[in-house]
Amino acid sequence: MKKNILGIFLLLVAIFVITAIINPKFLNAYNMQNLIKWSSLYAVMSLGVAFVIITGGIDLSIGSVVGLVAVVLSICLKLEGMDPWSAIGLTLVLSLAIGFLHGILITKAKVQPFVVTLCGLLVYRSMGRWFTDNQSIGPIPLEDDAGYANIEQIQGLDFLFSGKIALGSFNLPTPAVFLLVLSLAAAIFLKRTIWGRYLFALGNNEEGTRYSGIDTDRMKILAYVLCSFFAGIAGILFAFELDSVQPAQTGEFYELYAIAAAVLGGCSLRGGEGTVLGVVIAAAVIRLIYNSINMVGISTHLEFGILGLVILLGVIGDEMLKKTVARKQATLKP
Amino acid sequence: MGMGSSPYLQVKELRKSFPGVLALKGVSLTLEQGEVLALIGENGAGKSTLMKILAGVQPADEGEFEVKGEMVSFRSVNDAMSRGIALIHQELNLCGNLDLASNIFLGREPVRGGLIDESTMRQEAKKFLDLVGLDLPVETIAGTLPIGKQQLVEIAKALSSDARVLIMDEPTSSLSQKETETLFGVVKDLRRKGISVIYISHRLGEVIELADRVTVFRDGENAGDLSGEEINHDNMVKLMVGRELSEFYDRRAHQPGAIILNVDQVSTPAFPGSPISIEVKSGEIVGIAGLVGAGRTELLQTIFGVTPAVSGTIKVRGEVISIDNPRTAIEAGLALAPEDRKQHGLVLPMSVRENSSLPSLRRDASRGFLNDEAEDKLTQVAVESMKIKTPNNEQIARFLSGGNQQKIVLGKWLAMQPKLLMLDEPTRGIDIGAKREIYKLMEKLAGEGMAILFVSSEMEEVLGMSDRAYVMHEGKISGELNRDQLSEEAIMNLATGNLQVA
Repeated sequence: MKKNILGIFLLLVAIFVITAIINPKFLNAYNMQNLIKWSSLYAVMSLGVAFVIITGGIDLSIGSVVGLVAVVLSICLKLEGMDPWSAIGLTLVLSLAIGFLHGILITKAKVQPFVVTLCGLLVYRSMGRWFTDNQSIGPIPLEDDAGYANIEQIQGLDFLFSGKIALGSFNLPTPAVFLLVLSLAAAIFLKRTIWGRYLFALGNNEEGTRYSGIDTDRMKILAYVLCSFFAGIAGILFAFELDSVQPAQTGEFYELYAIAAAVLGGCSLRGGEGTVLGVVIAAAVIRLIYNSINMVGISTHLEFGILGLVILLGVIGDEMLKKTVARKQATLKP
Repeated sequence: MGMGSSPYLQVKELRKSFPGVLALKGVSLTLEQGEVLALIGENGAGKSTLMKILAGVQPADEGEFEVKGEMVSFRSVNDAMSRGIALIHQELNLCGNLDLASNIFLGREPVRGGLIDESTMRQEAKKFLDLVGLDLPVETIAGTLPIGKQQLVEIAKALSSDARVLIMDEPTSSLSQKETETLFGVVKDLRRKGISVIYISHRLGEVIELADRVTVFRDGENAGDLSGEEINHDNMVKLMVGRELSEFYDRRAHQPGAIILNVDQVSTPAFPGSPISIEVKSGEIVGIAGLVGAGRTELLQTIFGVTPAVSGTIKVRGEVISIDNPRTAIEAGLALAPEDRKQHGLVLPMSVRENSSLPSLRRDASRGFLNDEAEDKLTQVAVESMKIKTPNNEQIARFLSGGNQQKIVLGKWLAMQPKLLMLDEPTRGIDIGAKREIYKLMEKLAGEGMAILFVSSEMEEVLGMSDRAYVMHEGKISGELNRDQLSEEAIMNLATGNLQVA
């Protein structure tokens, strides 16, 4: 394990152990299942934004994409009575299209990523509210709800996206399985394919990468497409998890959690750095902090403050570690 | 203390190292008041490093440094300026959007009642503009002036802060003949007023005209001093390269083969009105000389597809290729080792391996998956054949010396087996040993039939390496010289637009 991942992993273990000692209820199966579930949901978004951050970009629209996808999925299932699998397909295509649009605006129209995705944040949120007249809506029928064709299939999807798999006495939430598959795929993509290498290269030096014959624009578009795609998957998972989607709130601020996890997990906003494992662990740390604040009995008003300080200290520690490593490398003799 | 009792400025045994390279191995230098001292040496000899230390841009590791007999150590540019030492940068540092008065007094504005005292500032600025012979209203916006005049404004700015020593780093590299003459007039005038100048230049002709004394650096050490009658071309070159020129550039006659590159009426986006036609044959080393800003780098970038041509055709081995990005150029068998190695040539935070394999990854991959075996082998071949001095193949490129970095760039392109290798300032910032190796490599590759096109601002390099050379002036090819026509004079005449003399 690389040193910086080891650091964040030790942080995870430390908070875990301390919370468990202070409040043994923390360890009960229900709490653990919840923790795993929410960590997985956050980690899926964080992995998505990691692709973009590795290229030196940023995506602020993730939370709104999550919200819009959840809304559109619910509309398709409830009001349109659409075939559930087609509805899933449609929302995924929607998220791919959003990412593609971001990529084109950033590479071809040369608008800064911050601006493009900030506008996206506003536009997608507002679209979701307009489509639903700001009324809450869900992908599965609650009692006496009308609409919804093919209830059986919808229930199947509900199990797939927010069900539990019994492993002996422990029920593993299905989002964890999604995370496992997606993080493996992301890790293979980043470390084992030429495109992953290109993303790191262009994040470190875009011009230098272009001079080596790589179509850097195309690679950046790919990163934004992947980011929105992961946000789209997260949107589907959240919709089934929440059952009722609030167009104004669902997914709000999630982009900040995702970016925080990516940064705490070792991605530099300057680009060119990051690992899948680090990001996944960092997403878990963020959820764990929330959970342990509740468990330990610290005022929930301090949530944001504690989270902010942990991220800040984590990143400072990471920078110091990098400097030491760099110093060692610099003094190596041929 | 009277004049001449101790030199105005004296450094002894100055040392400075950077990660992976010992830039100064104990150099010494003295400067008298009212003296023009030329500091010369090949790229990578340590001139710029010493100048940065003198100007307070970076500290020395070891060594003594005296101003007017008093030991000093500079922590910042302001420290140096308070001792009267000012650096006139190669890249000008004026704010193009501000007027001349504001530029001259930037950060030192005269203040009255908390507000900038505009009228005093203008009056004072006028005085210093007169001192450098610039007859311009102080309200002129700096960015609208040609580069030669901007440089004079920089000098006025330095004088306004009571500079007694001006360090000028390649001041004429982008000046026209006329601007150069004006600058020389100003420098001679300042000398009469007791101001000392350290003049760094590659142009030996200028050094002969201007310098009272010459200090030569070679590879981070003093190679010798010349004064008065000793200052001539042969003496300077001998000290710079450390041997007779013919030994340094070990050139054989080449038998050029088929035409590899044919550039026909191509105009670059930087000079859309100046179509260029050149050709390079297999086994031929072709140089491109000219002043900085003449459009040489832009030409290579256009051939390589970084800035696609706005008109004209490029043929590679007789076939018209539409090159609109580096990828198409590479596929056609072209390669470019760019001038800005750190920004364009390498991905500095990545390893020797990752840099060496970057262009070849796609070729060696299967279905997009990296081929580790091919990558390791390719890196090993590059490191061994280029003699890259690195602790291991995972070393981060940033921590290697300029020479070794350049070797990585060359290694990564040779792994692509290009038909034409383009080199932009191939030896800038690298030490003399690596420099020789690069010359040998160019020679060897040409011998094997590769076509080589290189841009250089170093006269000796163009003279020593070219089978044939083009000279550029203001975006156009101003002349073509065969090996027997190559001389410093011929090149300078063409480079400065003196067409009638050629």
